[in-house]
Amino acid sequence: MINRSVKNAEEAIAGITDNMTLLVGGFGLCGIPENCINALVQSGVKGLTCISNNAGVDDFGLGLLLQNKQIKKMISSYVGENAEFERQMLSGELEVELIPQGTLATRALAAGYGMPVIYTPAGVGTEVAAGKEVRNFNGKDYLMEYAFDADFAIVKAWKGDTTGNLVFRHTARNFNPLMAMAGKITIAEVEELVEPGQLDPDHIHTPGIYVHRIFKGQVFEKRIEQRTVIKR
Amino acid sequence: MLDKNGIAKRIAREVQDGYYVNLGIGIPTLVANYIPEGMHVVLQSENGILGMGPFPVEGTEDADLINAGKQTVTLLPGSSIFDSAMSFGMIRSQKVNLTILGAMEVSEFGDIANWKIPGKMVKGMGGAMDLVASAKNIIVAMQHVNKAGESKLLPKCELPITGLRCVKKIVTELAVLDVLPQGGFKLLERAPGVSVEQIVKATAGKLIVEGDIPEMVL
Repeated sequence: MINRSVKNAEEAIAGITDNMTLLVGGFGLCGIPENCINALVQSGVKGLTCISNNAGVDDFGLGLLLQNKQIKKMISSYVGENAEFERQMLSGELEVELIPQGTLATRALAAGYGMPVIYTPAGVGTEVAAGKEVRNFNGKDYLMEYAFDADFAIVKAWKGDTTGNLVFRHTARNFNPLMAMAGKITIAEVEELVEPGQLDPDHIHTPGIYVHRIFKGQVFEKRIEQRTVIKR
Repeated sequence: MLDKNGIAKRIAREVQDGYYVNLGIGIPTLVANYIPEGMHVVLQSENGILGMGPFPVEGTEDADLINAGKQTVTLLPGSSIFDSAMSFGMIRSQKVNLTILGAMEVSEFGDIANWKIPGKMVKGMGGAMDLVASAKNIIVAMQHVNKAGESKLLPKCELPITGLRCVKKIVTELAVLDVLPQGGFKLLERAPGVSVEQIVKATAGKLIVEGDIPEMVL
């Protein structure tokens, strides 16, 4: 049986060095690999390019790496909730490439499916299209976008087994299965790590072949960005 | 003149039984409150939900269950969860019937600008560019004029474009208008107490007024 489990976050991120490109799962603060991010903060690795839908908030998620000036470039679709991000972007310290959310998801999907490019209508006629090939299919224009090429992916799942199979929970799934498929080396942190055979093969979202290192996260704060509730 | 809830209430009348609908942040979110009882409508949230329900009761909120606006939500019976690629797959392949979103500007050809104010707001487009490039039916919910009193219905968008020739209908605090394929805002309805002259004054793009314009039924 292949065993892809590692001891902890520190061991999992071994080999992530300065100036690498990372794919990071999560949407907002939901389903982010918080243990790996904390370990990267501790490691002091610098010059990272992070491909992630969002950039965390000032004091949580990727925001922690930004505060520490460990990120050189962000590739994201929405970065609204982060004052430090805005400051670094406007001052030119941080390079930012904003791309449509569906394009971001599908460029990861393409990498995981072994396809070099996608064609998408998103961004046609906008500044996103600058310098990109446009092709017309069946009377409609599409932009050619490349599959992501990244060194590592870090993702968060609900449950996993030691062979790397992953199951996600609710909307914490979001970009996680896509980033997992797209990484050359994929690291998954899970809330519950079980033995092979304990997850139903029919219920696996990401097969272990895409996951190279898996560990049970020490702490999951799972912060809520916008707590909206109906009073009892 | 309509308030935000009035705009949402009027847009809810465009929703039909059996529709899958994506609601943007702001006024569009309020539309869910006015879908008539007994009508079967499934709300899509582009972070990966079909069958999104209302906000949770205090104490039952779940960090793993949020909408595209990052607010805690619930799941209704029959709902499903999927990843972000499939979510935009169903949008791109036009399985989602209706998209309702806000805008900063709309041109008389249906171009929309709603993601960036150069030098001021640089939050990103999120899923807006994907939605407007693919949806077959797009309704914009917005104020007719901006805070400076300038029309948001223009001959040509001045802000960076989100998508070209995509908006089909606009509902504002003053009026309901169709965007014609050949160009022009066709006035369909006036908000209660609003005159055609007020709408003409507030519309910078080409406005087409034919015959008597009825008042909205809410």
